[in-house]
Amino acid sequence: MLFSENFKIAIRALRANKMRSVLTMLGIVIGVATVVALLSIGKGATASITSSIQSNGSNLLTVSPGKLQSGPASAGQSQQASYLYYSDYQLLERSLADNVAAIVPSYQSSYVVAHEDESFSVSVKGVTEDYQTTNSYEVAEGRFVTDGDNKSQSLVAVLGSQTAEDLFGGLTPIGKTISVKGVKFEVVGVLEPKGSSGFVSSDDAVFIPLETGYNKLFGSTATYNDRKIVNSISVSVTTTEAMDTVSAQIKFLLRRAHNLTSSDEADFNVLSQSDLLSTLTSVTQILTTFLGAIAGISLLVGGIGIMNIMLVSVTERTKEIGLRKAVGATRNQILTQFLIETMTLSVLGGILGILFGVGLALVFKATGMISSVITADSIFLAFTFALAIGVFFGLYPAYRAANLHPMEALRYE
Amino acid sequence: MIQTENLMKVYQMGDSEVRALNGASFTIDKGEMVAIMGPSGSGKSTLMSIIGCLDAPTSGKYMLDGVSVENMDEAKLAETRGRKIGFVFQQFNLLARTSALENVMLPLTYAGVSGKERNDRAMKALDRVGLSQRTHHAPNELSGGQQQRVAIARALVNEPAILLADEPTGALDSKTSVEIMDLFQSLHKDSGQTVILVTHDSYVARHTDRIIKISDGKIVSDEENRNPLKAGTPRMEE
Repeated sequence: MLFSENFKIAIRALRANKMRSVLTMLGIVIGVATVVALLSIGKGATASITSSIQSNGSNLLTVSPGKLQSGPASAGQSQQASYLYYSDYQLLERSLADNVAAIVPSYQSSYVVAHEDESFSVSVKGVTEDYQTTNSYEVAEGRFVTDGDNKSQSLVAVLGSQTAEDLFGGLTPIGKTISVKGVKFEVVGVLEPKGSSGFVSSDDAVFIPLETGYNKLFGSTATYNDRKIVNSISVSVTTTEAMDTVSAQIKFLLRRAHNLTSSDEADFNVLSQSDLLSTLTSVTQILTTFLGAIAGISLLVGGIGIMNIMLVSVTERTKEIGLRKAVGATRNQILTQFLIETMTLSVLGGILGILFGVGLALVFKATGMISSVITADSIFLAFTFALAIGVFFGLYPAYRAANLHPMEALRYE
Repeated sequence: MIQTENLMKVYQMGDSEVRALNGASFTIDKGEMVAIMGPSGSGKSTLMSIIGCLDAPTSGKYMLDGVSVENMDEAKLAETRGRKIGFVFQQFNLLARTSALENVMLPLTYAGVSGKERNDRAMKALDRVGLSQRTHHAPNELSGGQQQRVAIARALVNEPAILLADEPTGALDSKTSVEIMDLFQSLHKDSGQTVILVTHDSYVARHTDRIIKISDGKIVSDEENRNPLKAGTPRMEE
């Protein structure tokens, strides 16, 4: 018997109980829609993190203080604070030459920044001239911090686009004065907006010359044992191929500077953008899997609904099954008929669910609430899952139908 | 056409055995019109389901149209039913929301006939029962008699060796019953169709040429009926 015959029978049977079929399908529709929508949101989060990290330039190595914690710190273990020093930066600047485009130290701390009556808590970053290029900032107005500013310890500041907007509204901030912890800075530049990098906005910041910061603003918080400290050192490498070499050189130099023996764990770490990317991606992937699994459970519930209705349907149609057998239907033909009926339900539900899910993802995207990326494989996954559920939950009712005794089925009242 | 030898059918009901058929042997030739008669519980339904290949006997021999049936597997049995037996039931058993034509096409579908041939054969069968004008009506748009005619057309469409009718007039009023009995008789006389009527009603049984009576799973009489009633003969109180 042809598939199209069975399909026609299935459609007729489903149309005979329209309301019931629609409600049964709804379980699958909702399940598939949630799978598609949640996977899209997960993919969207991954994509936005990826793009913001890549906007920082992929050939950037970031040296930051601290041990790479593997496993929880055991109780009672004294956690020695570790620092990167300005002298570390100077050492790298002196020693690294090949394949390195720029080395940028930075120190940052949060302060209340005020202009006239407006005041906001903002991250103030002490940086050098190369910070702009290594972090891919564009200047919208005025200029960035220069080496000259650092030499002369000028009291100048460059504002991130968000901070400029907060403090000055639409007015031009160039030439105006802002005050940070009572220290007055002249605004010499405003940056173009760059967007959020995953969790923190890169546009909500004030940039000042690092030397100015050490001597006039940060004070003792920026020193340890009378040595100036930095939060991070960014090393911009000329080619991707040289990343590993430079990374190894940095590790070698800093281990020696920090007097570490070969058995000691490093008290700093060197991360490339791709390391950062893979860490964050694995986090969002776990999140996506988790969300998908929750949606999968609702799909499972939908499948149980299908099985329930199909069992009812088999009982109701016992006489029909008996007759089909009497006119020559084999067990396999009955099995196929009911299986196709269940699969029609689940596939139809799957298609509707995909449409709903894609619609939902598009609504999220359009409203800008959550970024979402619809991919073919998430649609494929949801559809396959729906189909598999149709087969899985359809098999038992179909098996029941196929094994009815023809004579008893015919006499069933 | 049909040869049975010592047919036995035993059902297990809890601890006790029920012998629904207890050694039935008979022969029905091609072109005969036979009634199998007996009260309810006599085993006639069991006998009918075995003759109709709906069930296999526990023991005994059954040859249908030269083929031994008793050892067939499920798929072969289904195929045999589809090709050699045309069933007519008391309650018609038509598929709801399905046109007369499609109902008649059903056995052909399972027999693997498709397309124009299937359509033509179904139309011809409907024509034989006098329903060529109502091929696209669903069962709920047809009268009881018309529904039974559709069911008979469905039984005939595969040109079966045996037309096996189980109380075919049981759900019909007396006027339509006459029409249906007339139809069976003419199918038998004009086309030489082998017809087996299963009934508890001796009036219905007397329309056939031969009456096999069954009781307690055994054949108690098997007699020729020399003067079969003509369809339409009034029912006489006995």
